[in-house]
Amino acid sequence: MIGSENKTVKRVFSFLFLVFLFSPILIISIAEAQYSLLVPGDTLPPAAPTKTEAFDTPYDRGRSITINWEKSKDDGAGENDVKGYEILRSTEVDGEYKLIGTTVGGAQHFIDNDVRDGIEYFYRIRVTDGISFSLSNPSLPAKSKPQWINLRRTNIFIFAVALTFAILYYINRAKAGKELFIRKIAGLEAVDDAVGRATEMGRKIFYIPGISDMDNMQTIAGLTILGRVAKVAAEYEARLEVPVSRSMVMVSAREVMKEAYSNAGRPDAFNEDLVYYLTDDQFGYAAAVDGLFVREKPAAIFLQGQFYAESLILAETGNSVGAIQIAGTAAPAQIPFFIAACDFTLIGEELFAASAYLSRDPKLLGSLKGQDVGKVIFLAAIILGVILLSFRLMNIGPWFSVG
Amino acid sequence: MHPSPDIGIWIGGLLTLGIFSFLYGDNPYYKFCEALFVGVSAGHWFITLFWTVFIPKLLGNIGIAIHTFRTEGFAAGMSDYMHWSYIFGGILGFLMILRLFPKIGWISRWSLAFVVGTTAGYYFINYLVSNGLMQIQKTILPLTSVGNIILVVGTFCGLIYFFFSKEHKGAFGGLARVGIWFLMITFGASFGYTVMSRMSLLIGRMDYIFGIWLGMIR
Repeated sequence: MIGSENKTVKRVFSFLFLVFLFSPILIISIAEAQYSLLVPGDTLPPAAPTKTEAFDTPYDRGRSITINWEKSKDDGAGENDVKGYEILRSTEVDGEYKLIGTTVGGAQHFIDNDVRDGIEYFYRIRVTDGISFSLSNPSLPAKSKPQWINLRRTNIFIFAVALTFAILYYINRAKAGKELFIRKIAGLEAVDDAVGRATEMGRKIFYIPGISDMDNMQTIAGLTILGRVAKVAAEYEARLEVPVSRSMVMVSAREVMKEAYSNAGRPDAFNEDLVYYLTDDQFGYAAAVDGLFVREKPAAIFLQGQFYAESLILAETGNSVGAIQIAGTAAPAQIPFFIAACDFTLIGEELFAASAYLSRDPKLLGSLKGQDVGKVIFLAAIILGVILLSFRLMNIGPWFSVG
Repeated sequence: MHPSPDIGIWIGGLLTLGIFSFLYGDNPYYKFCEALFVGVSAGHWFITLFWTVFIPKLLGNIGIAIHTFRTEGFAAGMSDYMHWSYIFGGILGFLMILRLFPKIGWISRWSLAFVVGTTAGYYFINYLVSNGLMQIQKTILPLTSVGNIILVVGTFCGLIYFFFSKEHKGAFGGLARVGIWFLMITFGASFGYTVMSRMSLLIGRMDYIFGIWLGMIR
C-alpha cells in the first residue's frame, strides 16, 4: 500500500515538473496571440512582381500564350503574406486590363489558352495579400501562332523513321521473293478446321468483329481476318453471318466479304444480308447476339476485335451451345475471359499479326518483320538503360519521355 | 414490402427479369425483351448521334465559320479554317450515303479508305508513344529491388513472346515461355479484378429489383 502511494506522489510531481518546464513556452504563445489581436492589420501592399514576360507557347497548335514573372519579394520572404497572383490582359498597353485568371502564392507561370492567333496581347500581374495589392509593369506584346513542328517530340520522329525504314526494307525483300518466316500461331491454325466443322455439321458460322467503330485498329484487324474466314467459308460453301454494332463496320465488312467471295470464285454466293446491323448499344448488341447463338446453334464462332464487358457474355453463351470459338483481342481486361471460355485466343499483337499469317501477303509479312526489328530496338534500349542505371553510370530514361 | 408506385420502375424491373430469364434458357419473355432492347437502343443511338454529332459538330461548327465570315469580314472568315474543316467530314458522310445508289455506290469507298488510312496513321504514332517509348522509359529501372527485377524481366520476356519472325525454340523459346507465364499471371489478376466489378453490377441490379422496385430492402 505504502509503495503504491509513493508511486502516485512521484507521478504527480513529475507532471507538475513538466508543466513548470513548458510553462514559459505556453505563456509566450498566449501573449503573442493576444498581441496580434491588438495590433492593427498589415496596411503595406506586397512588393510588385517583376520581369513580366509573355510569349507564344512553343510547339503548340496556336491559341495559347505563356506568361512568366518573378514573384513578389514578399512571397516566401519579406513579409511573407502573399495570398496569390491575378493575371490581367489587354490588347493595348495603356488600355483596360481585364482579369483572365488567378494563381496561388509562389506561382511564376500561367498559360492563357483563351486567345486568338495573330492578335497582340499585353499582360500585367497583380499580387495580393488579401487586403491590398500591387501591379507589375505591362509585358511586351505577345502574339500566338501555331507551330508546324514540335521539337520536343524529336525522339518519336526518330523512332517512327527507323521503324518505317525497317518495315519498307522488309516489304521490299518480301516482294523480291525472299521467304520470311512467321512462327506458328495456334488460334489461326484452327480457322480452316472451324469452318470445315461448320460445313460438315451444316450449321452457321458467326463472326463478331467487336463493338468498336472503324477508327479502332482492332476492328480493322478483325475485318482483315474476316476476309480470310469468308474466303474459306465461300470455298467450303458454309454460311457465314456477321452481326455488327456499327454502321461503318457493316459497310466495311460487306466490302471485305464481297471481295473474299469473289477471290474464292463464288461471287454468286455473296449476299449483303449476311452482314447486318443490330444496335450501337453495347448490351443491346450482346443480348441480340446471345439470342442468335442460342437459336441458331452455330458450329463456329469468331470473336475478333475490340471487346469490352460483353466479352464474357458472348464467349460463355457461345461455349454453352458447343461452338468451336476462336477469339482475338488486344483489350487486356477482356483477354482473360476469352482464354477461359474460348478454344483458341489470339493475345494482343497476335490479332494484328493474324492478317499477315493467314494471307502470306508479302507486304504484310514484310511489315510484321519490320515491326520485329522495332522490338529488337526496344529490347536493346531497355537492356542498355537498365545496365547503365543499375551501375549508376547514366539514366537514359528521359530520352524516351514524350513532350 | 413497399413496391414502387412508379410505372417506369415497374417496366424496368419486369424487363430486368426478362433479360435474367435467359439464365433459364431461350424463351418468349427473353425474346420480347431482347427485341425491345435492340429496337429501342438502336433508335436511341440514332437520335443521340444526330443531336451530339451531326447538329453540334457539323452544323454547329460550320455555322460558327459562317457567322465569323459575316461579322468579321472575308479575311477573318476564311482564316477560321478549324471550323471550316468540318465541311470535309460532312462531304465524307455524304459520300457514304451514296451507297444507297448502286451505280455510284463505289464512291463511298473513299470515305472508308480515308477513315481506315487516318486511323492507321494516327494510331501508329499513338502506339509508338504508349506501347513503345513510354514502356521503355518505365522499364528502365535499376535492378536494386525484387519489384524492379520482376518488372524488367516480365517486360523483357513478354516482348520476346511477341516476336513472330523467329521460332520459339531453345533459349529464345525459354524466354518466351517465361513471358507467357508473366502474361497469364497478369491475366489471372485481371480476371479476378474484373469479376469483382461484375459482381458490383449484379449487386446494383439486385438492389434495383429488391430495393427500388419491390421495396423489400432499404
